[in-house]
Amino acid sequence: MMAIKTEPFVLNIGPVHPSTHGVFRMRATLDGEVIVNLEPVFGYLHRGIEKLAEERTYTGIIPLTDRLDYLASMSNNLAYVLAVEKLAGISIPERAEYLRVIIAELQRIASHLIAVGAFLNDCGAFFTPFLYMFREREKIVDLFEMLSGQRLLYNYMRIGGFTQDIPDEFLPALDKFVKQMPSFIDEYDYLLKENEILLARAKGVGILPKELAINISASGPVLRASGVKWDIRKVDPYSIYDRFEFDIPTGTAGDCYDRYRVRVEEMRQSLRIIRQAMEQLPAGPIRSEVPHLVRPPAGEAYGHIEAPKGELGFYLVSDNSIAPYRCHIRAPSLLNLTALRDMMIGWKIQDAIIIFGSIDITMGEVDR
Amino acid sequence: MKFERYGKGIAKGLTVTIRHLLRHPVTAQYPEQRLNVSRRTRGNELIWDKEKCTGCATCAKTCPQGVIHIITSVSAEENKYVVEKFEMDTGYCISCGLCVEACPYEALFMGYAFERAKYQRGELVQADEMLLASAKRRPSGYMHPEIASELPRQTLLVERITEEK
Repeated sequence: MMAIKTEPFVLNIGPVHPSTHGVFRMRATLDGEVIVNLEPVFGYLHRGIEKLAEERTYTGIIPLTDRLDYLASMSNNLAYVLAVEKLAGISIPERAEYLRVIIAELQRIASHLIAVGAFLNDCGAFFTPFLYMFREREKIVDLFEMLSGQRLLYNYMRIGGFTQDIPDEFLPALDKFVKQMPSFIDEYDYLLKENEILLARAKGVGILPKELAINISASGPVLRASGVKWDIRKVDPYSIYDRFEFDIPTGTAGDCYDRYRVRVEEMRQSLRIIRQAMEQLPAGPIRSEVPHLVRPPAGEAYGHIEAPKGELGFYLVSDNSIAPYRCHIRAPSLLNLTALRDMMIGWKIQDAIIIFGSIDITMGEVDR
Repeated sequence: MKFERYGKGIAKGLTVTIRHLLRHPVTAQYPEQRLNVSRRTRGNELIWDKEKCTGCATCAKTCPQGVIHIITSVSAEENKYVVEKFEMDTGYCISCGLCVEACPYEALFMGYAFERAKYQRGELVQADEMLLASAKRRPSGYMHPEIASELPRQTLLVERITEEK
């Protein structure tokens, strides 16, 4: 068949567009319907968090980290707090370690629910799976509200532990959630896993090859869907992750469908970790003795965790004052986004939305 | 994809949506129907205990946004600070609760109320008597467990969904 060449046409998708999950612009050059070049433009949500961090106390930065990836505030708190603890050489009580694992895994489920829901929404399952998943996320948000007093920007973790101990009603409610959740994940699978329209639209679309995924230093579900078994919880266990048994789900093809499946499987593994941590949760203090103004010795530290979206790291340089000299954030959303152009070239404009949705980014983290 | 199998997955998915039709709704009709918020709610209205406050300004130093302003003078006969003005600009407040956590005399509380819309921007700046606790402005149990135990229990969605599968 002879292909008809048309004149290249530049189309701006975004910055304000429902499928760009925030203020993000894709400058797509089209040949008919096919994308021949794509230039991501970001920076519309830049708030200068790294610079703001240089003039705040170490504790005062924790509310700022909430605002990076606002769908996974607890994970951001954890990554930052781990970096400061590494910098200042603070150890935390056993109970706080277990609670951190429980909370981080709950947050992973909450974030993946949004990721999967929004991805299915982009595929055309208009808001049905999204709202089902929002209902389950609501339960997690309820639990976090009980702990911290807010529903989105938790600001719950502190250097050396937590602000307050968990209330008495937390563990029974968590137990109920952990018992309910597997049946709901099965239900989502039943709803759309074998849906022919979804398979036709997502299978084999937006393939990210293994080599390229490693080259662009992708992380999280995007990397694992390409078949690389890389999870910070296993390769560099922080906190107490080496005490729990869990698998790392990986994909084979590295397409949009694999990225969706990896996220669903990760939710199951997270529930497994929570169950183990709940059984072993010891009693005791939840915060070690830390001075009100932390003044770490001069030096540098890098604390990283497996956040829901990938490897989230905080690089801190201290000059022995009450504020960091430099705070750099390794944001998984930004680095996963660098694969966008290679994934999109050759696909049609309607596939672009799905490919973009399958990466699962939060603009708050990309622009910082 | 084989054409003859087409439609099986869609039909399977539709059974889930049909089952959802018969479920009880989990949404609450907000202004009429209210759910209890967390006992540790960090509402925006900071509540100040004038009797306990010594004017040490730890809260003002801790605040990452610089919301709190305190003006004090030294009382000669009693040898202590007198708080002349305690002012906060709630327009800048990010409700992080660090001030409440830092207060060494437990004189600050987060508010239990969460509806905080104002008609005028000037009303966002609150000072002195406006910050005291009243029947409308109840303190929440954030960092104050003795208050938390008296507040109503939080409504949890996980308990409202009773059906087990």
